[in-house]
Amino acid sequence: MAVKLKDLTKNKEWLTGGHRMCAGCGAPTAVRQILLAAPQDTNLVVCNPTGCMEVSTTIYPYTSWRASYIHSAFENAAATICGVETAYNALKKRGKIEDDYHFVAFGGDGGTYDIGFQALSGALERGHRMLYVCYNNEAYMNTGIQRSGATPYGAWSTTSPFGSESIGKAQNRKDLTAIVAAHNIPYAAQASIHNWRDVAQKAQKAFAVQGPSFINIMAPCHRGWRYPMERTVELAKLAFETCIWPLYEVEEGGWKLTAKPRQKKPVEEFLKTQGRFRHLFTPENEGQIQVIQDFVDREWETLLKRCGEA
Amino acid sequence: MQRTVAVVGTDAVAEAMRQINPDVVPAYPITPQTAIVETFSEMVADGKVESLLINVESEHSAMSAGIGAAAAGGRVMTATSSQGLALMWEMLYIASGLRLPIVLANVNRSLSAPINIHCDHSDSMGARDSGWIQLFSENGQEAYDNTLQAVRIAEHPEVKLPVMVLLDGFIISHSVDRMDFLEDEKAKKFVGEYVPENPLLDAKNPVTWGAFDGLYGHYFEFKRAQQQGMLNAPAVIKMVGEEYGKISGRPYGFFEEYQMEDAEFAVVALGSAAGTIREAVDNARCADMKVGMIKLRMYRPFPAAELVQALSRVKAVGIFDRSDTFAGAMGGPVFVEIRSAFYESAVKPLMSNYIYGLGGRDLSFGLIEKAFSELDDAARTGVVKEKVNYLGLREGEVE
Ligand SMILES: Cc1ncc(C[n+]2csc(CCOP(=O)(O)OP(=O)(O)O)c2C)c(N)n1
Ligand code: SF4
Ligand SMILES: [Mg+2]
Repeated sequence: MAVKLKDLTKNKEWLTGGHRMCAGCGAPTAVRQILLAAPQDTNLVVCNPTGCMEVSTTIYPYTSWRASYIHSAFENAAATICGVETAYNALKKRGKIEDDYHFVAFGGDGGTYDIGFQALSGALERGHRMLYVCYNNEAYMNTGIQRSGATPYGAWSTTSPFGSESIGKAQNRKDLTAIVAAHNIPYAAQASIHNWRDVAQKAQKAFAVQGPSFINIMAPCHRGWRYPMERTVELAKLAFETCIWPLYEVEEGGWKLTAKPRQKKPVEEFLKTQGRFRHLFTPENEGQIQVIQDFVDREWETLLKRCGEA
Repeated sequence: MQRTVAVVGTDAVAEAMRQINPDVVPAYPITPQTAIVETFSEMVADGKVESLLINVESEHSAMSAGIGAAAAGGRVMTATSSQGLALMWEMLYIASGLRLPIVLANVNRSLSAPINIHCDHSDSMGARDSGWIQLFSENGQEAYDNTLQAVRIAEHPEVKLPVMVLLDGFIISHSVDRMDFLEDEKAKKFVGEYVPENPLLDAKNPVTWGAFDGLYGHYFEFKRAQQQGMLNAPAVIKMVGEEYGKISGRPYGFFEEYQMEDAEFAVVALGSAAGTIREAVDNARCADMKVGMIKLRMYRPFPAAELVQALSRVKAVGIFDRSDTFAGAMGGPVFVEIRSAFYESAVKPLMSNYIYGLGGRDLSFGLIEKAFSELDDAARTGVVKEKVNYLGLREGEVE
């Protein structure tokens, strides 16, 4: 499927401007890239769990959503949207609804990797027709930058501060995209806002499948990562170029890299751009960057093997 | 002609669900509710209903999916017990806050720890302030009748609140009882079509549900509006109960008064205990004890004024609670609330509390008779010996 920017810009914008997410936030960019690739002859119901996106796009009595929208709580976006989808199927079966609908959830990494993981796993296993997007900013931003299961090793957060006894977050992030793929759903992918064409192609595929689909999209947060807000897209790109955030898809069980950095940059290039990693560059923490490099290398090798590229 | 059957309580609820034929039923199994979900699953599998079942992975997701489905415009029912209701707790408040007319059958069971599968009312009492209407049932017949009425009450435009139908675990859920079911057509007509307000699935009018009350602060007004639904509910519950009486011969109100006309003392009870107590009242009457009973059906909203009126005539009241508040010496929830209801009243009966049946401990005639004789004493002497009593407790085992 070839995607042209000229065509995409003609498509309906489901999220309007004027919402209150921070200037320079990666998340609304992720939403727009994905929803611009939604089928044009359909209606949407969007669901958010509690988090930055929810609190900043639905400030009562205003809403930034042109789609129907529901938020109910933090750990249950997947369960909530599958309820909507099932009601749709039930009403359609009874001839009470004519229109076509697609169902999309946008959950933060906290609402997806951690507290909402069970609901997500259940919904994937049951096979609901929904697209679940994790807009991943690698921490709980809405509540003030606490660590999540997506926060990388060594990163500072307000609940993983560095200190004489702490390196920052002491654990590696989990590989959620692979975990989701292990549910054997029709489509799962990892994407990043720096590559809109790749995002749009993945979104088109994700919208087209009959069962559940999942996109884990890197959407940096300058407030939480501590960098100047104008560098959001650049940092997303650096995450890709260092192989910290590879772009790939798993379609009907087949793993495929959808883009490959021309030259794999050292992780240091990424780490040095952000305040959350600043402490790793002090003499006391010598060797820690190598620990991160080793982890990234190992994950990258595994991925290459899965994609038949090694 | 109504169908007379002999079935267990869970089948009574499942039968009402079949006749209601809701759009979506998200549910998760837990003893003693499980048979409701199982029976309903068979109905779905056999094409006896058009409903879609979501076999969710938890009760939290059951209520979450229910909320999504109800906001989408579907009629939603579910069922649970005990730990399941506790796990839903967060979402119960969201269902009522969003004014979604979901109907839930809760088969009353104790809450852990210690883990115990038998009946008491701790689970639903934990949800008494969640903004749900709560209707207690004495037996399978009432569980069936309440379930049909619950849909009408919940969906009434003046109410728009979720309704919890309560039936005692095992005592009702697993005992075979004789009961009458309405003809399908009559039940269907009584329940009516659901016309949702501002559903998500209205392509011409996209809506935002569950918005953030961030900067302008409308929360207070929303909550007061929610209370208005509760304030409007009694009139609707009465109207629906009377209408149901006309088609079934079984009218319903807020509570049932038994032998209260000339009673000198009375007891108040919820659920299946009322059946046993009614027998005990008959026996006591044979022995010239002037005792009456009030069986409370509508626990939320709480019919405070009506209860005060009904109980003002007696000298002493024993309030039976199948759960405790753990507020120290305050007693069980029904006791606390009835005492509070009497605060402005010039005439107050003596009042004592009988906490009984926790974790399924049997309520025997002997225990009820003990309470009667203490209440009789209080009525005659004007003195309550013990305000909060634990009926049937093995005192020696308590450390
Ligand atoms: C049950 C529950 N626990 C905790 C919270 C508090 N809370 C709200 S949003 C949030 C973090 C959101 O993080 P994430 O999902 O990553 O989204 P982000 O804000 O980063 O976009 C937390 C902890 C809550 N609302 N509900
Ligand atoms: S705090 Fe971060 S994630 Fe939240 S709106 Fe601002 S930039 Fe976006
Ligand atoms: Mg986050």
